[in-house]
Amino acid sequence: MIHRIAFAAALAACTAAGSASAATFKWASASDIPTWDVHSQNNALGNGVHAAVYESLFYYNSRTFALEPMLATGSNQVSPTQVRVTLRPNVKFHDGAAFNADDVVFSLNRAMAKTSNYGVYTQGIDRVVKVDDLTVDIFTKAPNPVLLRQLTELRMMDRDWSEKNKSVEPKDAKTKDENFAHRNANGTGPYVLKSWEQDVKLVLAKNPNWWGKMDGNVTEVVYTPIKSEATRVAALLSGEVDMVLDPSPADLPRLRNASNLKVLDGAENRTIFFGMDQFRDELPGSNIKGKNPLKDVKVRRALYQAIDVQAIAKTTMRGLAQPTGTLIAPQVNGWTKKADVRWPYDVEAAKKLLADAGYAQGFEVDFACPNNRYINDEEICQAVSAMWAKIGVKAKLRTLPLTTYFPMIQRYEASIYMLGWGVPTFDALYSLQSLVRSLGAQGDGNYNVGRYSNPQMDALIERIKKEVDQKNRNDLIEQALLLSHQDVSHIPLHNQVIPWAVKKNIDMVHRADNRIEMRLVKVN
Amino acid sequence: MLAFILRRLAQALAVMLAVAFIAFMLFQYVGDPVTNLLGQDATAEDRAALRSSLGLDQPFPVQFAAFVGNAVQGEFGMSLRQGRKVSALIAERFPATLELSLTAAVIALVVGIPLGVYAALRRGRWLAQGVMMASLLGVSLPTFLIGILLILVFSVTLGVLPSFGRGEVVRLGGWSTGFLTLDGWRHLVLPAVTLSIFQLALILRLVRAEMLEVLRSDYIKFARARGLSDRAVYFGHALKNTMVPVITITGLQLGSLIAFAIITETVFQWPGMGLLFIQAVQFADIPVMAAYLCLIALIFVVINLVVDLLYFAVDPRLRIEGGTGGHG
Repeated sequence: MIHRIAFAAALAACTAAGSASAATFKWASASDIPTWDVHSQNNALGNGVHAAVYESLFYYNSRTFALEPMLATGSNQVSPTQVRVTLRPNVKFHDGAAFNADDVVFSLNRAMAKTSNYGVYTQGIDRVVKVDDLTVDIFTKAPNPVLLRQLTELRMMDRDWSEKNKSVEPKDAKTKDENFAHRNANGTGPYVLKSWEQDVKLVLAKNPNWWGKMDGNVTEVVYTPIKSEATRVAALLSGEVDMVLDPSPADLPRLRNASNLKVLDGAENRTIFFGMDQFRDELPGSNIKGKNPLKDVKVRRALYQAIDVQAIAKTTMRGLAQPTGTLIAPQVNGWTKKADVRWPYDVEAAKKLLADAGYAQGFEVDFACPNNRYINDEEICQAVSAMWAKIGVKAKLRTLPLTTYFPMIQRYEASIYMLGWGVPTFDALYSLQSLVRSLGAQGDGNYNVGRYSNPQMDALIERIKKEVDQKNRNDLIEQALLLSHQDVSHIPLHNQVIPWAVKKNIDMVHRADNRIEMRLVKVN
Repeated sequence: MLAFILRRLAQALAVMLAVAFIAFMLFQYVGDPVTNLLGQDATAEDRAALRSSLGLDQPFPVQFAAFVGNAVQGEFGMSLRQGRKVSALIAERFPATLELSLTAAVIALVVGIPLGVYAALRRGRWLAQGVMMASLLGVSLPTFLIGILLILVFSVTLGVLPSFGRGEVVRLGGWSTGFLTLDGWRHLVLPAVTLSIFQLALILRLVRAEMLEVLRSDYIKFARARGLSDRAVYFGHALKNTMVPVITITGLQLGSLIAFAIITETVFQWPGMGLLFIQAVQFADIPVMAAYLCLIALIFVVINLVVDLLYFAVDPRLRIEGGTGGHG
């Protein structure tokens, strides 16, 4: 356990002064955050928890998901490759040091280090230059329309603190020494890290000197990872925690009926879909020799139209799914209603498509799914196997735990695979680039593990990367999504709905990125 | 005597090596930590680079040799998931597991022995039958079910005991203990009871069977013939003689209490080594898994050795035979 003695006095003062309205908020979910080093592991839970302690230049509004300045006060596109960011004055780190341009230059460079996992958020940044104490220029290698979105996940550390504590480089899985910033924190945020015992307990205390004003009234945050689903829910029912981020779907009816609890349902910006091997000339494990049926768009569409996605949403997912016709969720920039239209569920049409493609008798195909990654992943795949059986496609389902599943699909070993894709940047480029772009450098096609490839698509994505005009850019995104639909590059299923279970006396806002915005939590 | 111990130690070493070897074989199938470490945005080159810098691309014998070489020096490397020294992590978690296991062992003994004696002496009566029935349940119910049931009753319904965690702990040097605070004790009750149920039932049944056996023997008849009181016969003579196998079993079971605390720790989010291990398995955190398995093997080996030596001390016949050490 680490006590940040430096803040003890400040904290004591805070609790004494605010004792009238002191409120503790205790919450739980299955696993702990991997580290407090904000430029080390790009982990969804970690990023969400870090945001209460470390702040970024820009952040998403919890209700509208519009970009809002945080430690920045504004930005200005000086030239297509130069963005000038003005910084918020009078902001102090928890140890009392002032926040200024040096810290921004340091933090962004730290996130660009080789040992950082935040490459996806720093990509395209060429260099960061201090203009004066409260102004920095960010130069990009090419016009970058999503730069400000990328900045939402790059949090600010104090340069002097990091240098003093030998934490200039992000924590690295390979090093033999423990990094000070791994278990200690010094941000500018509304909460101060009081103690962290990994896998046991994490305590945050309100920062009395925070620059902003908040709606929430929480003075202390206690986070406990509780691995066992049943215990997690029991802790909520018995009142030991106020909120559970990930109650199991099976417990939901009971939680909805509990008199002192409420369930907040919200769509996550994570889309579940199937990918198909469109590269191999012959599929391993299939009875079709000498050719790959999945290369034929008719076959892919037949598989698509054979899936009754409403039945999956209703029966398998028990309502925890919003069926979708595209690869991104509605909260993501670039989504349009037009792009979200599915090929209709139609078994007869699917049979006919298969017959037209020359597989009237169907075929056997390998089908791989994770069994502990997405909500009801294994059950969905079982249901889909049964649906495909109706058109004569014998999917040989194998389910694997995520630690073996992901390396396997990355070796391109699955013929049909399930994937769920969340969009931390809230911009469609993140999905298009990883999922439908042909394999290339800089993350292009890094999760296009079915190796779908269409030069027209690649050209569109290259233009989306550079187009600075938002309207033109969104048109291009729509074109790309519609092309993916026409090509049946993937078979989209649904966007996950993630329920939070909370005590009735707590007000909070459900965010599509499954994060708790601590500034908005109110204990009544 | 010395030769016996040395031979035992050599055997122990062989066992440890075998465990390490089998564990390493299994690691080939738990998956790849690299994906977890790098997240979904990493490129294939990033993954390959990390894999090779972690030595995961080396052939199996090379990885194994490197592991054994380091382990001999007490060096288990860094946890991939937590970025800290494995030895430090285990040292941090060990007190929680040991306190839980010891408490469970004490509960099992303190409750199990008297109940066993009672069931033997009052054989056939309905209460004794009831005890035996309950013990059958205790042996057959899976631990996680008992844990969940206890949580449901005592935490959710009655609201008297906490359902997870270790509560407030006090630090004594490198050791953290929950024995010194009321909160710590409150948190200990449910997991300790859960973990003890199986052992309790086992000891109860063992004591009863041994007791019945002893009560039939000649010297008990002679003791009665001498006119000794029931109390002296039962507790002075009979129980004393049933204790030898009970002590043996309890000693050996302490090892399994530590090793099989995994399930109890998972159900109650008890921050011990078992929970650490389960989390390591999910992440494919190989250094932690390897160290844990080796430590558990070491605990079993040491307990076995101690029990063997105790036999030596307790049973004079072994010494007369010259300590061939061929027994189990």
